[in-house]
Amino acid sequence: MLEIKNLHVKLEEKDKQILKGVNLTVEAGKVHAIMGPNGSGKSTLSYVLSGKDGYEVTDGSALLDGEELLDMEAEERAAAGLFLAFQYPVEIPGVGNMTFLRTAVNAQRKARGEDEMTAGEFLKVIRAKAKTLKIDAEMLKRPVNVGFSGGEKKRNEILQMAMLEPKMCILDETDSGLDVDAMKLVAEGVNALRDAGRGFLVITHYQRLLDHIKPDVVHIMADGRIVKTGGPELALEVENNGYADILAEVA
Amino acid sequence: MPATNKMTQVKQDATQARLAGMDMPDGSAWATEARSAAATRTLEMGLPHGRDEYWKYTKPDTLVQSGVPAAAVFSSGDVPIWDEVDCLKVVFVDGAFDADASSDLTLEGLEIERLVEATAKDIHWAKDLYGVLEYRGQDAVQRPLASLNTAFATDGVVIRVTGQVSKPVHLVYLHKSETSDVILHHCIKLEDGAEMTLLETGPGAARLNKVMEVDIADTAKFHHVRVQGRDHERRAVTGIFTRLGTESTFKSFTLTMNGVLTRNECVIELTGDNAIAHVAGACVGDGRDFHHDDTVFITHDAVNCESRQVFKKVLRNGATGVFQGKILVKKDAQKTDGYQISQSLLLDDDSQFLAKPELEIYADDVICSHGSTTGAIDEEALFYLRSRGVSVGEATDLLVLAFLAEALEEIEDETLAEGIYERLEGWLARHASL
Repeated sequence: MLEIKNLHVKLEEKDKQILKGVNLTVEAGKVHAIMGPNGSGKSTLSYVLSGKDGYEVTDGSALLDGEELLDMEAEERAAAGLFLAFQYPVEIPGVGNMTFLRTAVNAQRKARGEDEMTAGEFLKVIRAKAKTLKIDAEMLKRPVNVGFSGGEKKRNEILQMAMLEPKMCILDETDSGLDVDAMKLVAEGVNALRDAGRGFLVITHYQRLLDHIKPDVVHIMADGRIVKTGGPELALEVENNGYADILAEVA
Repeated sequence: MPATNKMTQVKQDATQARLAGMDMPDGSAWATEARSAAATRTLEMGLPHGRDEYWKYTKPDTLVQSGVPAAAVFSSGDVPIWDEVDCLKVVFVDGAFDADASSDLTLEGLEIERLVEATAKDIHWAKDLYGVLEYRGQDAVQRPLASLNTAFATDGVVIRVTGQVSKPVHLVYLHKSETSDVILHHCIKLEDGAEMTLLETGPGAARLNKVMEVDIADTAKFHHVRVQGRDHERRAVTGIFTRLGTESTFKSFTLTMNGVLTRNECVIELTGDNAIAHVAGACVGDGRDFHHDDTVFITHDAVNCESRQVFKKVLRNGATGVFQGKILVKKDAQKTDGYQISQSLLLDDDSQFLAKPELEIYADDVICSHGSTTGAIDEEALFYLRSRGVSVGEATDLLVLAFLAEALEEIEDETLAEGIYERLEGWLARHASL
C-alpha cells in the first residue's frame, strides 16, 4: 500500500538534513508503528508524506498504491487516500466543524469523480459516527477545534478519518496530551476503522498507545533512518529499556 | 465647527471653482436656508485636499474635481441580492427617482417621501434634521464633502418612523450612465420606540456623494445593511450622521466589493444613556484599482452606552484598504463600553492596509479597547484544510469567509446575512484564488 524508498529530506530554509534514507513498506490491512527518540524525524516523515511546505525531498520516493505521492499537491494526496491525524490539530476560527467536514468529504468525492453527498446524507452519516466517538452536536457546530480540549481535538481527528475513509492513515503522536480514558476512546475509533483494505502508520513515543492499537510491525527510527524493525515485542523492549540499548546495538 | 485652517489659495480656488459650476436645487425657504448655510461652510472649510490630515491615506482629487472620470457599468451576473425579501423598494437610476421600478411609497408605521417633495413644502419635520446632524458632525473634524452634499443634493428620501415597521425599506441605486455624477441625501427620523430596517444596494453612479442623517429617539431601533459596489470604476463618498437617544439602538453593516474609490464615513453621537451603536464593514478588493476607506467617529456623550466598530478587509493584487476610527469619550460619559477592531487579510505582498485607530477619553470609569491587525492567510490552517482534500482555492475562500465572519455577525437578520454570504461567495468565485 505505502512504499517509502530511500527517502531523503532536508529543511527548505536551513541546510539541515532530517531524513537520511527512510525505507518502509506498509501493507494493506496492517498496522505499523514508528517509535523513536525526539528529533529522530518521525513527525517530519508524516508531514513530508502529507505534503506540507517547508521540506525539500532530495532523494527517494513514496508510493501509495503505486502512485508517487511526492509529485502531488496536499489535497491530491488526500483524495488519493492518504490521511494524517495531526499531533497538534489546527484551530480555525470562523469555519464551522460541520461545514469543514462536508467541504472536505465532497472535495475528495469530486476529485475522485464521485457524486457529492447531499446535506441530508451527510448529516445522517456524521451523526452516527460522531456518536461512537462521543462527539456531541454542539462540538460539530463549533468552529474547527476552537476551544476544544486536547482529547476533543484528537477525537475530532478520528472523526475526520472516519468520515473521509482513507486507504492509508498516519497517526502522528495521537496519544500526546490524552488521559487514559481519552486514549481508549481514540484507540477504539481507530480499531473500528481497521480493515483489510486499509493501512496504518502509528507514530508514537510510548508503548501505551500500542496496548490499545495493536501493531503488526514496530520500527525504531533514529537520526532520520529506520534502524530496527520487529514485532510488537520491540515496543515493549523500548518501554522497559529506553532507546539507548537499541541505538547502541545498531551503531 | 473648528476654526478654518489657513486655507491655501489653491484649495480655496478649487473649492470656489467647483461650487460655481453647481446649481442649488429650488425649494422652500427653510430648505434654501439650510442649503445656503451648507454651501457657506463648504466654502469656509474648502474641499478636501491631498495634504489634509484626514485625507492622508485616501486621495480626494477625483471626489472633489468638477469633471467625473467615466465608470463602465459592470454586470456580475449575480441574481439581485435579497430578491426574495419582501420590502418597500425605492429605486434611483443614476440618482434619478424611478417611480415605475419603485414600490408604492406607503407602509404602515412610517411616512416616506422624496427629498424634493419634502423640501418643497413650507412646513415639514425634515426642517429640523436636514443638514442638522451633518453640521453637528463637523464639530471635531471637517467633512466638507458632506456639507457640499447638503447644499447641492438633488434628491433622496425622507422617512419618519412612528411605529414598528413590518418590512424593510430598500433603497436601490442603479448605475446606467458611464458619466453620472450624483448627490443624494436622506433624512430618517425614528420617533420614540419606533423600529425599522433600511437596506441599500447598488453602485449608484459613476460618482456618488451620499449623506444619510439618522435621528434615533429614545428606545427606537435602527438597523441598516448596505451592499455597495459592483462597478469597478465607480467612486463613492458616503456619510452617515446619526444621533442616538436614551436606550436606542443603531446597527449598521456595509459590504463593499469593487469600486476604484470608496470612502465611507460614519459619525455617531451617543447622546442618551444606555444607547447602543454598532457599525461594521466587510470589504473585498482585488487589484490596484480598488481603494476602500472606512472613517468612523463615535462620540460618547451619555452614561453607560456601548459602541462597537468591527471592520474587516480582504485585499489582494495591489488593493488598498484604509481605516480611520476614533472613539471620543466625553467627561461625563461614565460606564462607556467602547470596542474597536480593524483587521486586514492581505492575500499577497502587493496589497496594503493603513489604519489609524484613535481613542480620546475624558471620563475615568470606562472600558475602551481597540485593536488593529494586518496579516496573511494562516498557512497552518491552509495546510490543515488541504490535507483533508480541500483545494487550495476553496480552502483560501473558506478562510477568507472565516476572517470576515466577525463583521458579518453584526447583521442580526439571518436572511439578510445569508444574502451577504451569497454575494461574497459569488465574488470569490469570480476572483478565483488560484
